[in-house]
Amino acid sequence: MTASMPGAAGWETVVGLEVHCELSTATKLFCACPNAFGAEPNTNVCPVCLGLPGSLPVLNARAVELALRIGAALGSRVEPSIFHRKNYFYPDMPKDYQISQYDEPINVGGHVELADGSLIGIVRAHIEEDTGKTTHVGGGGRIHDADYSLVDYNRAGVPLVEIVSAPDIRSGEQARSYVSELRAILVATGASDGRMEEGSLRVDANISVRPAGAVEYGTRCEVKNLNSLRSLARAVDYESARQIAVIEAGGKIVQETRHWNEEEGRTSSLRSKEEAFDYRYFAEPDLVPLAPTPAEVAAVAAGLGPLPAARRHRLGDLVALVGGAAPVDQLATVVGLGLDDLVAAAIGHGADPRLALARAANEAANRPEEARDLDPAAFAELVKLEAAGELSATQSKAVLAAMLEGGGEPAQIAARLGFEALGDAELEAAIDAAIAAHPAEWARYRAGDAKVAQFLLGEVMRATRGRANGRAVAASLEARRT
Amino acid sequence: MAELTGTFSRADVVYVARLARLDLEPDEVDRYAAQLASILDHVAAVTGLDTTDVPATAHPLELANVARPDTPGPTLDRDEVLAQAPRVEDGRFRVPPILGEAP
Amino acid sequence: MNQAGAPFPGAIATARKVRSGETTAREICEAALARIATFEGAIHAFNTVTGELALVTADRIDAAVAAGQDPGPLAGVPIALKDNLCTRGVPTTAGSRILAGWIPPYDATVVRAVAAAGAVIVGKTNLDEFAMGSSTENSAFGPTHNPWDLDRVPGGSSGGSAAAVAAGFVPLALGSDTGGSVRQPASLCGVVGVKPTYGLVSRYGLIAFASSLDQVGPFAATVADAAALLDVVAGHDPADSTSLNVGSEPLAERLDEGVAGLRVGVISDFLADASPSCAAAVRRAAEVLGAAGAAVEEVAIPSLMLGLSAYYLVAPAEASSNLARYDGVRYGLRVDAPDVAGMNSRSRAAGFGPEVKRRIMLGTYVLSAGYYDAYYGQAQRVRTLVARGFAEAYRRFDVLIGPTSPTVAFPIGARTQDPLAMYLSDLFTIPTNLAGHPAVSVPFSLSEGLPVGVQVLAPSLGEGPMFRAAAVIERGADPGARGPVEPRLAEVGR
Repeated sequence: MTASMPGAAGWETVVGLEVHCELSTATKLFCACPNAFGAEPNTNVCPVCLGLPGSLPVLNARAVELALRIGAALGSRVEPSIFHRKNYFYPDMPKDYQISQYDEPINVGGHVELADGSLIGIVRAHIEEDTGKTTHVGGGGRIHDADYSLVDYNRAGVPLVEIVSAPDIRSGEQARSYVSELRAILVATGASDGRMEEGSLRVDANISVRPAGAVEYGTRCEVKNLNSLRSLARAVDYESARQIAVIEAGGKIVQETRHWNEEEGRTSSLRSKEEAFDYRYFAEPDLVPLAPTPAEVAAVAAGLGPLPAARRHRLGDLVALVGGAAPVDQLATVVGLGLDDLVAAAIGHGADPRLALARAANEAANRPEEARDLDPAAFAELVKLEAAGELSATQSKAVLAAMLEGGGEPAQIAARLGFEALGDAELEAAIDAAIAAHPAEWARYRAGDAKVAQFLLGEVMRATRGRANGRAVAASLEARRT
Repeated sequence: MAELTGTFSRADVVYVARLARLDLEPDEVDRYAAQLASILDHVAAVTGLDTTDVPATAHPLELANVARPDTPGPTLDRDEVLAQAPRVEDGRFRVPPILGEAP
Repeated sequence: MNQAGAPFPGAIATARKVRSGETTAREICEAALARIATFEGAIHAFNTVTGELALVTADRIDAAVAAGQDPGPLAGVPIALKDNLCTRGVPTTAGSRILAGWIPPYDATVVRAVAAAGAVIVGKTNLDEFAMGSSTENSAFGPTHNPWDLDRVPGGSSGGSAAAVAAGFVPLALGSDTGGSVRQPASLCGVVGVKPTYGLVSRYGLIAFASSLDQVGPFAATVADAAALLDVVAGHDPADSTSLNVGSEPLAERLDEGVAGLRVGVISDFLADASPSCAAAVRRAAEVLGAAGAAVEEVAIPSLMLGLSAYYLVAPAEASSNLARYDGVRYGLRVDAPDVAGMNSRSRAAGFGPEVKRRIMLGTYVLSAGYYDAYYGQAQRVRTLVARGFAEAYRRFDVLIGPTSPTVAFPIGARTQDPLAMYLSDLFTIPTNLAGHPAVSVPFSLSEGLPVGVQVLAPSLGEGPMFRAAAVIERGADPGARGPVEPRLAEVGR
């Protein structure tokens, strides 16, 4: 393999993701068995989800409602839909067909807005049932070396929504960002708890590459076994590099399914997908069509709370009103942790918006649960103290940490910690000392070197043990230059 | 995908038998091929009909939106279920090695 | 041909006598079991006789009556159930080796319904394997013999249920009808057999053959008894998404309202393809209806003749999917192999008979990518044409009549070498399933000693007029043309 990296000059990585999420219903999709994690094997089963002769499926109304919520959150169009049988043999399939949706799915189209504002298109989001779980015994637990396997059908029939993205993703990092955002949306709608490590959110990636600027898609490979966001990003980057290397060496990409190996950090071929499997889809005769009324669809959409993208926009607009454009990553962090209400409220109490946002994103984020319980007025008070120069940045962070630990009022905590504002005279004296100690740097600063200001600031902070206010120091240096 | 030939040849029988997980002896393949070809010949009379603008009937009923509330119901007794299983271990159904991922 | 009455009266009369205390459920049950003991060896109507359970049930009903309770409209009536209806704790084989010995952990909805009505289940009847067939010769457990002539087939696939009523073992039985599997054996055995409107009777617990065509249907010696049984099993079932939720008044009460003014169409296309005696029976039945005040005319519905081809594309397709679950993993026959795919293939090869294998392969083929539209898709469109043909006819007529079967019962083994010849048995019954309509076969006459049935067809939820016409036809039928009969044991081994 050559050293081509994703995003290598001349190449574009093209990724589409299929995300399966388990819905948070009380019962399974087609029967009244509990939808619960961790029960003793084969205790949450009935004739329907075991596929016993004579059994019939009956659709769970709540699963439909949650699927509609997901569609609304993605901006999809709700269409009348039907169910199809996807026929294939596998031991974890009680009927040896899966009831899914094929060419008439419930949600069509839509998009996901990532934290950085980029849009990833959604092709569809449909309803289907989950399979049972197999454990492989012998051979290290891997399927290919096992002596035999054991099947538990507790999970069989659990409701899933499969969300298929357009091939709009361009890197491992963006893939990660997409899944992260999707998960936040799913949690916000209450449709799913979206836990990748627990298996309630599963991701398969379709990856191809093409020359930059090309319009046609390259041959894609499907990559499976992506159990975390980190795996996803690594796998996309690896596979993209692998494909580029193959093509650059004169080879052709074989359309196939590949398995991501986390320990070895590479994908390996599972089976050739040149022969697309013949699933023999046909309309499920045991179920009738699904046609939600416009009123139902509207009610679901109206009942949705604000979604992450909307919350980022709302907070971003609020901050920008006074403080100029808010950094995208800070907005993402704050909204992602549910701290946007805190910041908005603090701004309402008169706190400097940019500073409030920064302290929430950088410091309060370390203890999100406690941060969500912070009194906004107290938080606002702290930010005001720092903005006024009465507390240095370092001191402010210390007070915030104390507030997160045990609550309290910032002024009292500052006093308790012995933080007082540095007097003007003391500040000027410290700056004089730093200039005196570093004449070469001072000369460079006076000559226009802006970067050396950081060094001088650092020296002042050291000398005052963090009590100096950074902006005040910078202002003073600037004033002295002229 | 093996190309199905439209007349139910021997190769077609082999293909569908594999898809449908049916082991067939070689002489059975020939016999079924002949029978199925004959049947298909007769029923394929419909393939020639003009059905432009005729919608498919997937279902004799006009029902839609049949669903049930999300309320837990009774599950089966595991012992009763496993008593009917060909092979059981640790409360689960035991099967020979699977060899491959699901298609 | 002997005709001896059963050792007990019909279903309605039996229930009345049990509830009034005039007779006991136990007496009735013992009589049924005794008759079975005498003749079952020659008939083989049953795969399982549940004698002990039946007596326990009978005693429970008698105790209820003694305590002043009402055990239900079928109190003490012996009933036989086709062996593709799940019965908890009782073996249910679907006539297949792949389910030999399988004991369901649950009851079908219709099984619970008949039990709740006080009926006494005496056994599970023989059938063509997975309901695929027209003679019951495809059963893995040997054929059933027609009580009218033991060397002949009872029809299929519900041959065991038809024979059980025809032999006087039970006054009532349940079968299933996908392409004629209740009506055709009813005709060949000289009993009444009904296929209800699709969705009127729950399919939950009926081992599926073709989901959009299957319906559970009653057998009885009389139209009135059949209507009584249908009233018990019909009704909305939340466990079946294709179950109709329409209130319907009991059929049994309006049976004798007659046919004055009823518009009856005689399907001329069917007459053309029936044997002379079967066609003649229909014409005479038409006269009976006319004499009773109906307006009778012949009508041609050519699209109905497309039904056979469409059926033999749609039904196997659905069946190929419905039967995939028999893979040796969770229940049923398992033949071991080094890997699971091999185990599936060996188990299914050993467990399924040739007709089932043929239909699975045919069904798999017509659903395949590349062939779906030309075969399955086309068949579903032809289905619409059949429905339209009926719809047009029902603008002019309230009910239609025609032969049930092209012929009388044929000898065992006569058609087993030629699947296509066997399929033709269903020519007149299949269109009804494709359209989801109801139809009933009424025993009408004999041809060389063998029963000939006449079929009455109606549009969806037209059971009312359908049964009224059937009742009139029954009244005009030849005496001696209907069961039960006493099988002539001397004929065994001829």
